[in-house]
Amino acid sequence: MTTDWRPTASPEMLRRRAELLAQLRDFFRRRGVLEVDTPQLAHAGVSAPALHNLRAGSPEGQQAETGFLQTSPEYAMKRLLAAGSGDIYQLAHAFRAGEQGRRHNLEFMLLEWYRVGWDYRRLMDEVAELLGMVLVPARPPLVLSFAEAFRDYLDIDPFEAGVAELRAACEDAGLSVSAAMAACAERDTWLELMLSSLVEPRLPDDRLVFVHAWPASQAALARIDADSTPPVAQRFEVYYRRMELANGYQELTDAAEQRRRFLEDNRQRRARGLPEVAPDERLLAALDAGLPPCSGVALGVDRLLMLASGADSIEAVLPFPWPRA
Amino acid sequence: MASYSTNEFRGGLKIMIDGDPCAIIENEFVKPGKGQAFNRVKIRNLITGRVIERTFKSGESVEAADVMDTEMQYLYNDGEMWHFMHPETYEQVAADAAAVGEAAKWLKEQDMCTLTLWNDSPISVVPPNHVTLTVTQTDPGVRGDTASGATKPATLETGAVVRVPLFVEEGELIKVDTRSGEYVSRVKD
Repeated sequence: MTTDWRPTASPEMLRRRAELLAQLRDFFRRRGVLEVDTPQLAHAGVSAPALHNLRAGSPEGQQAETGFLQTSPEYAMKRLLAAGSGDIYQLAHAFRAGEQGRRHNLEFMLLEWYRVGWDYRRLMDEVAELLGMVLVPARPPLVLSFAEAFRDYLDIDPFEAGVAELRAACEDAGLSVSAAMAACAERDTWLELMLSSLVEPRLPDDRLVFVHAWPASQAALARIDADSTPPVAQRFEVYYRRMELANGYQELTDAAEQRRRFLEDNRQRRARGLPEVAPDERLLAALDAGLPPCSGVALGVDRLLMLASGADSIEAVLPFPWPRA
Repeated sequence: MASYSTNEFRGGLKIMIDGDPCAIIENEFVKPGKGQAFNRVKIRNLITGRVIERTFKSGESVEAADVMDTEMQYLYNDGEMWHFMHPETYEQVAADAAAVGEAAKWLKEQDMCTLTLWNDSPISVVPPNHVTLTVTQTDPGVRGDTASGATKPATLETGAVVRVPLFVEEGELIKVDTRSGEYVSRVKD
């Protein structure tokens, strides 16, 4: 008899999950941030080459009813901001194809919020307050720039080092990679490998760690600070106990630049043999109409619950993870 | 040539790494939110037994290792090779000392063993969990001293040496657990 009808989360965990959601809603209610609920199924998908869309379609072939399950509520929330919503937050289910593991589930929950008129440093402070409330770290947050993180833990300059130097640093650190990875010529892929395999494991685990000022090539949807040398993306990632928890931006508001990045995403998709994804014209039209200067952040709620409860697998905090959903 | 994509990786899967057949022990999916996904994999080399860690880009494919476990009967040792036979097909294979390894000291003719074959050649031999072997040499025990738990060494017909209770005598059959190398009981013919 099959037992996979049973939930993987304990009754106690389900109770903690409900408490956490209530606590998060209360945090934003007290601060006057509006809760919104945008579609999980939409006409446009995401073009970022590292994210894989899940498509949904009617088996009866109603072509008008095919769409993309959203990888995050970002585009819809930005359209609300452009329409004058003011500060907003959402607890949204998001879907990313191919992501399954101890810290990943195909369908997961994001807490995403936007602050109008805030720069990303101010939003980092609010993220620290929210996480401080839930996780109660022993010490105040550690804030490192991307360059400092690589310099402090690996003694390498991530803006200057070429592929050969990055590969050699991995070898020196005892990181053994496949032949295909060793032959990889993309600097950003090496930086991502080093960040997840060499920097993350070295981060202190008694406090939140913010890594900000990312290479412009990894800006995603963040604004680039052209005044800094080298130019850096106004982006931050938050880690706790060596786990990536949240990713935030001072949001790109320039429609032309956004369109250029969508085109660049698709160029990279073609180079990697991935299907191209049409740009979200409604998002671009909203940026054209005027997205107010703002900062936004997306935080993994399931991982937050893992950390708050000491669970070492995402399955322990979800009633039905994808293998038994 | 068969191959596996990293998203098929799971414990027990047999793949080729650096020219050797290996078994995946553990596979961890690692992905920065906005970046390339990786699989951090712990692998046992089935020839050397060594465990290594290797990181793959997710989506890579890796050649499958043609490795299978087969139950075979141990026939004899010709001084250099150990010979085994498949009980149904009567097909025979010969394993060298590197493949037989520690199992050599438990192998008794007619016993069924588990052979790991790579491209149809044996790379490891696992003896049955329990084997029954004759004691060929042990010092005489002291009568009446059966309850103290004291033991003495005994050499078995295969050359293995195990600790046995004092009452066990030369010529007797005993049952041994090959996983721990420990005496289990006496066996009456």
